[in-house]
Amino acid sequence: MKLTAALFGNTYSFKDLKEVMAKANEEKSGDQLAGIAAADAKERMAAKLVLSDLTLADIRNHPLIPPETDEVSRVIEEAVNEKIYAEIRNWTVAELREHLLRQDTHNEEIRRISRGLTSEMVAAVTKLMSNLDLVQAAAKIEVTTHCNITIGQRGVLAGRAQPNHPTDSIRGMKASLFEALSYGIGDAVLGINPVIDSAESVKAMLIATKEEMEKWRIPTQNCVLAHIKTQMRAIRQGAPADLVFQSLAGTQDGNTAFGIDVKLLDEADDMIRREGTGTGPNLWYFETGQGSELSSEAHHGVDQVTLESRCYGLAKKYKPFIVNTVVGFIGPEYLYDSKQVIRAGLEDHFMGKLQQVPMGVDVCYTNHMKADQNDMDNLAVLLAAAGVNYIIGVPMADDCMLNYQSTSYHDIATLRETMRLRPAPAFEKWLEMMGIMENGRLTPIAGDPSIFM
Amino acid sequence: MNRTIPLDQLVDKVMAELQKKLPAALQNAASQPAANVTESRMPSETGSADDFGPPISHVPNAKWAEGVEELIASTPARIGVWRSGTRPLTREMLKFRCDHAAAIDSVYGTVSQPLLDEFGLFTVDTYFENIDNYLKRPDMGRIIRDDGVERIRRSCRMKPQVQIVVSDGLSANAVDANLRDVYPSLLDSLSAHGLSLGTPFFVRGGRVAVMDHIGDIIEPEVLVLLIGERPGLVSSRSMSAYMCYRPRKGTVESDRTVISNIHPRGTPSLEAGAHIGSVLKAMLEQKTSGVNLDI
Repeated sequence: MKLTAALFGNTYSFKDLKEVMAKANEEKSGDQLAGIAAADAKERMAAKLVLSDLTLADIRNHPLIPPETDEVSRVIEEAVNEKIYAEIRNWTVAELREHLLRQDTHNEEIRRISRGLTSEMVAAVTKLMSNLDLVQAAAKIEVTTHCNITIGQRGVLAGRAQPNHPTDSIRGMKASLFEALSYGIGDAVLGINPVIDSAESVKAMLIATKEEMEKWRIPTQNCVLAHIKTQMRAIRQGAPADLVFQSLAGTQDGNTAFGIDVKLLDEADDMIRREGTGTGPNLWYFETGQGSELSSEAHHGVDQVTLESRCYGLAKKYKPFIVNTVVGFIGPEYLYDSKQVIRAGLEDHFMGKLQQVPMGVDVCYTNHMKADQNDMDNLAVLLAAAGVNYIIGVPMADDCMLNYQSTSYHDIATLRETMRLRPAPAFEKWLEMMGIMENGRLTPIAGDPSIFM
Repeated sequence: MNRTIPLDQLVDKVMAELQKKLPAALQNAASQPAANVTESRMPSETGSADDFGPPISHVPNAKWAEGVEELIASTPARIGVWRSGTRPLTREMLKFRCDHAAAIDSVYGTVSQPLLDEFGLFTVDTYFENIDNYLKRPDMGRIIRDDGVERIRRSCRMKPQVQIVVSDGLSANAVDANLRDVYPSLLDSLSAHGLSLGTPFFVRGGRVAVMDHIGDIIEPEVLVLLIGERPGLVSSRSMSAYMCYRPRKGTVESDRTVISNIHPRGTPSLEAGAHIGSVLKAMLEQKTSGVNLDI
């Protein structure tokens, strides 16, 4: 494994793969905070040059976090198809990039080789790709999933209705939900972040969303994004959950900080299959985001792009219905400004899709990040072009419970009209029946929440 | 991502919600004109929420107009806002941008020097250098610069019972908007409880854990840090009081007690001052703080 590169009259030497991977990243404040980022632009390029010549076997043979000590590494290792890996093991990372971008490499070929890739290989190629590379390659990959309806088809942009309320008021939640539905949003999931992480509160919201789904025969799925243990208690008490939710980290220690491990996820998986109300086969909703491992000091000196890729390697085990990175929620010490958050959004979406994960993105920012709503407009358009499965809808992009800004019901409707995208087919049929949409466009009554009263 | 909020914030939110349901007329009466904002000593608390009037339905020909009003009244979410094509109406869009502007200016603002002078607070800096670096390097906001350490050693009474520290944190506006009320009521409360006070000062570019470094220098029995919170769109002027019994290097998050959401529509500043005093008293009696404190 060659870890040196000559550039501009200097020889750059890196001590191990971990250092190459970290320094080959585009600039991120989180890698700088961890003290592992490239010192300057030239060193960053030297690391990219070294990485481009490494083979996929080099990456697999030098685990960044050994499987012996980390169960996420084990999950990723165990998923590798050895025959397909043997076909591509001698490819360099540069060759993998070029293979993905070739005009005769289509969805089916990518789907096949993805079974021979580890999350670290996926992260490696991402570090060599430009933003437009990430858009184009991701757009080739179609990952469809089915809970109560199918989403993820080419040409479909779904939306999560996120009708959060600062005190978990059922009435207030429904008010925002009606607004969402009236704009044609809610095909990905009716998903609520609860303020109170209690089984009782989770159950109340699952029942309330299910009531509306039954009353108006809405073809979608419900979910309340509490801790998995809380959801399991609620389900045991008879709560109707189509999907179960959990936040994931890319290391075992990171997951410990989230209060989960693979054993618990296995138990929950078994439970949602036996006691969930969703049709399936895809019954999970996961959220991730660059930087969470560093924030819980569980990063093992590994860069945040690679750790994020490992989240998708773990997610894949549970065949999720939807997964999204909450890309700009974590704060400027991990993703400093709009340039970094836009890059991270495109990286995460691509890394998930390349691992056959049904990726959505919470295109978002907090008020201490150097970003504003215009930057979210930009990232949302880029992701729509990249074929993102869904984005998040909150009223006027302002989440009054989580105190951050995402994308709005208006934004999803606008992206559909501008980018010639449609809601999930089953949902669009329902929208037509309700008179909210006609030929893929909102009708004059769209935007009136009182049609659901 | 793990997105949970602490119970105290929840309580504050419930309070804020209840406040919101006060008659609109009352809210309007309390609002300040938007002119001369930079000069104003008492800028309107939530900015555009008042300037734009209470939220009303913009849905034309609604199937049930009163129904839309009912929905709007049930949530602080921006609903019933209507559209032009698929885009928001201009005024709604501008209202959103105004709230964001207030939030941004809070992060990048500086605390008023006359205010600090009024309470006799001298200033020390952390190693934050500038706001941009402050945002990227929270670790640098946790250490006082050497010259600041010298100044503290020279100016402050060592080993006091109660040490008060004020910091801008993520919202200078929060200090400007709340200190004048919180500080005197805290002093009253301390004297009512018979507690003795060290020499208070201001930390520019501070993070919560700067408490530990200050604890190492001064060795107070209890320390309270009044610091600006990360601004939201609902309030950009919210302050927190972090309190700790014998803070030292290595203190963990769960050893700290916090009262958050201190602003007129959350925990009112005057009440907060009195409440902080009684929490500090309890810490001194129980010789502990954070999750171990029984209050």
